[in-house]
Amino acid sequence: MKPARGTGGPPVLLIILGISGLALFALPLAGLLARTPWAKLGSLLTGDVVTDALGLSLLTSLAATAIAAIIGVPLAWLLARVDFPGRTIARGLVTLPLVLPPVVGGAALLFAFGRRGLFGQPLNEATGLLLPFSVWGVILANTFVATPFLVITVEGALRNLDQRFEGAAATLGARRWTVMRRVTLPMIGPSLVAGLVLTWARALGEFGATITFAGNLQGRTQTLPLAVFVALESDRDTAIALSLVMVAVSLTVLVALRERWWKGL
Amino acid sequence: MAASRMVIVALCALTLAACTPSVNGELLVSAASSLTDAFADVEAAFEAANPEVDVVMNFGSSSSLREQIIEGAPVDVFASANTSNMDQVVEAGEADGGELIVTNLLQIAVPVGNPAGIVGLEDFANEELLIGLCAEAVPCGDFGRQALENAGVTPAIDTNEPDVRALLTKIEAGELDAGITYVTDVLSSDGAVEGIEIPGEFNVVAEYPIAALVNAPNPDAAGAFVEFVLSDEGQSILASYGFSSP
Repeated sequence: MKPARGTGGPPVLLIILGISGLALFALPLAGLLARTPWAKLGSLLTGDVVTDALGLSLLTSLAATAIAAIIGVPLAWLLARVDFPGRTIARGLVTLPLVLPPVVGGAALLFAFGRRGLFGQPLNEATGLLLPFSVWGVILANTFVATPFLVITVEGALRNLDQRFEGAAATLGARRWTVMRRVTLPMIGPSLVAGLVLTWARALGEFGATITFAGNLQGRTQTLPLAVFVALESDRDTAIALSLVMVAVSLTVLVALRERWWKGL
Repeated sequence: MAASRMVIVALCALTLAACTPSVNGELLVSAASSLTDAFADVEAAFEAANPEVDVVMNFGSSSSLREQIIEGAPVDVFASANTSNMDQVVEAGEADGGELIVTNLLQIAVPVGNPAGIVGLEDFANEELLIGLCAEAVPCGDFGRQALENAGVTPAIDTNEPDVRALLTKIEAGELDAGITYVTDVLSSDGAVEGIEIPGEFNVVAEYPIAALVNAPNPDAAGAFVEFVLSDEGQSILASYGFSSP
């Protein structure tokens, strides 16, 4: 289709830069596909390293997303709607995991929740619970790095929301909890889903904080990214197979959800 | 400038050291992470002898450094913590062969005070303890597993760390009860971890080869660096970190 003269097509410069941007994401994927040992992919994908890592990754990333929803949405609401002292600092704290190198985040988690950690030691003494080197450690590391994506997305949506709708519902006699459930949440629905998807995607790809805080043991703490990292040095074909699993799982989910939920964003 | 250069040339002539003032530019050295502290000193001494060279150190597990080199990273010198990673680099045509620079031995590392009361390799089978090793592809992981096998111990591993420094960090923090590292790592930790000897009959001698790479962007400096590491001065620096001469 030829753009009509006068209305002008997209500027050439924009097209060139845009395609460069796309190439940045497409070329590494092409490199991965070019090195894929397609003939033995089937047997690689059914190896126990791959299946263990996939199962653990799905479990921990979904658990982290669920926890993020339970604590992240209320936090976003507080940050958006309640004017409390130190709100600016609180907002900064939420973005901390985005700025910190994940390895440093993992070390900080270790100093806080490790066996000798500031809170980990009393926790261990009181309950016997040990977070590092356990699946709980993986979930905590994932939750730490991924929750900011949910909080920031939802907080932005809440701040942009026209509060007159909530006001109207309240005037009509709805209690605050009902307003939240029937008016606020449905109105920020698309942002909430987008935030959850970003959170899940970040948790699925988490590497640095996990290996630093939770360690690396097949079947217990070795998620897909850790398995890729270890296999890259010993068994490259398995590493590539693992990477393809990650790409396939995340692309499927992201494309499907984008079609269903993100159209308006 | 010219005067200081004259002095250096004169010094080189006087000491007959293997310094060639003609080398210059940047020199990228990929070295096993167990060489981190020793090679930092080697770097300083080499740069003092060759002021026109800027040595850039790239430390990591020998296996990941090997992959970078085979994939075409512009590295000048490779120092590996075992011969198999060097052999693979030679096989890939990236080096003509490695020269042995030092050897190292394994030791059990435990947190200060040895809170779990570790006595020897047999404790590594205890499910109750938190035990860490290096990952299998990493030299210290390979050697550690050999030592355990020599002792007839099946370890109850809680984590396979990506390199020896990561393992040490977790032992230092007291998060792991014990791990197998090199003698030199325990020595260079400055008391942050304690070492427990592994008997000679079970211990494994780690051999460290070095090579100037075939596709080195700075071949002259690469050759000079390898020569320096093999010289008496280089060897005495390495010995001060607990490495043995081959």
